[in-house]
Amino acid sequence: MPLVYSMIKIENLKKHFGSKHILNGVNLEIKDGEVTTIIGGSGTGKSTLIKCIIRLLEPDGGKIIVDGQDITHLNNEFELAKLRKNFGYLFQEGALFDSLTVGENVTFGLKYLTDTPKSDYAKIAREKLALVGLKNIENLRPSELSGGMKKRVSLARVLATNPKVILYDEPTSGLDPIMSEIISQLILDLKHKLGVTSVVITHDMKSAFEISDTLAMLYEGKMQLVASKEEFRRTQNPYVKQFIAGSAIGPIQMKISD
Amino acid sequence: MFKKFGKFLIYFFTQFGLATEMIKDSVFWFFKSKLEISQTLQQILKIGVESVPVILMTGLFVGMVLALQAGNTMQNILSEPLYIGLLVGFSLVRELGPVLTAFVIAGRAGAAVTAEIGTMRVTEQIDALSTLGTNPIRYLVIPRLIAFMVSIPILTLFSDIMGIFGGYVVSVEALGVPSHTYISDITTYLGIDDLMHGLIKAISFAFAIGVICCYKGLNTRNGAEGVGKSTTGAVVISMVIILVIDYFLTAILHAFGV
Ligand SMILES: Nc1ncnc2c1ncn2[C@@H]1O[C@H](COP(=O)(O)OP(=O)(O)O)[C@@H](O)[C@H]1O
Ligand SMILES: [Mg+2]
Repeated sequence: MPLVYSMIKIENLKKHFGSKHILNGVNLEIKDGEVTTIIGGSGTGKSTLIKCIIRLLEPDGGKIIVDGQDITHLNNEFELAKLRKNFGYLFQEGALFDSLTVGENVTFGLKYLTDTPKSDYAKIAREKLALVGLKNIENLRPSELSGGMKKRVSLARVLATNPKVILYDEPTSGLDPIMSEIISQLILDLKHKLGVTSVVITHDMKSAFEISDTLAMLYEGKMQLVASKEEFRRTQNPYVKQFIAGSAIGPIQMKISD
Repeated sequence: MFKKFGKFLIYFFTQFGLATEMIKDSVFWFFKSKLEISQTLQQILKIGVESVPVILMTGLFVGMVLALQAGNTMQNILSEPLYIGLLVGFSLVRELGPVLTAFVIAGRAGAAVTAEIGTMRVTEQIDALSTLGTNPIRYLVIPRLIAFMVSIPILTLFSDIMGIFGGYVVSVEALGVPSHTYISDITTYLGIDDLMHGLIKAISFAFAIGVICCYKGLNTRNGAEGVGKSTTGAVVISMVIILVIDYFLTAILHAFGV
């Protein structure tokens, strides 16, 4: 097996909110040019983990190394901006700017992250929207879109700046099965054609097995298993088995009261 | 009881410290980066221009009621409505013009600013700004701070002028004060230092409203309910702080002979 470079290395990562310890020693390596999928129950801290990676949150302990640079406690605004230049982040709820049109949303990052001339914005907006199956909606406002459309516009906004690493927070949730498949294919396309490194949070096991090089399951603040998809299918780890099967019976007891 | 008070003091100073941090960041970004001109103009339009009608109305009626009260009082004491122009002019330009304008703008535009930024916070739009290479202070806070500080002094002048006009109408039409008496009261006694007194207050109130409303918005938590809480909080705190600043500024300016 060829040695693949680690784009992101997470060591013993810890994060808590008040007295709630969300991440409690997470270890994960994300390899360059691969798709790494993170699965795990709602509220286990998947979003928290990828927010630490682009430093929307500051970890309380452990280490995050991105492309050789320790960014765990990087607080200089300009250094952070440099880091984020290479990253794309798809928010779980889209996070489109309400006050701007769809077109302005898609091209928003171009102004700050790239030197693209303004005259190219319209063309880029059209292209990136087409990639996610949308057409002729540049002049609409986010409030005029359905949930699934918002998600896809948001993905177009991520793609507009051609990031090298993309963090997807549930890219297919709220989409119909066909659209989910299109997005899964898009993630694979970006990997094959442009060598994009992807970290995908998903509950969609079909998509997870389709796109992943590596899967990781987060449970109670730690990674239960980090392995290839073949190993994930064969594993005897009871937590992982239960989660993949989607069974209510097993060691994972959902706290209904939450 | 003491414990509760201690807790409140700690809370108060923490908030104060964090707000100071935001002011520091604002100053930093103001000098370190290009101003978002279109955002700033848009905010001046929303905060200033759109507030003109309500400011004209409040200014007019405050002037009218001042003249009526002063007239009736003078009538009772001196059996003649003397010094109406003087009383109306002084109270308006030094005190009521700036304070009432600031109150109206805090309620009208300050609330809107907190609600907008708060909504952006809870829907992760603020985080999205960061991931797209823009600092939220630079993109959201500075344009609004500038808009408040440009708009409120100008609106205060409008309010002063309308108030003096309202006072004139009531004095001349209802109280039978000769028109030249009212005018000469104002032109003889009201000086440029009174105007300065009022404008220094207006700018200080504007800065306070801008900081409080942006800060409350940026620090909103807990979804839609949190947005409501931040918004009412921002307006109430702004009004109290305006009166506190008003007292101390009056004392200080008086000491300096302004
Ligand atoms: N800013 C925050 N303040 C307090 N608690 C938070 C914050 N962000 C997330 N949490 C809590 O952390 C836990 C993990 O959240 P999250 O990472 O969004 O989970 P997931 O994405 O796996 O569903 C949740 O219980 C959530 O309530
Ligand atoms: Mg999540």
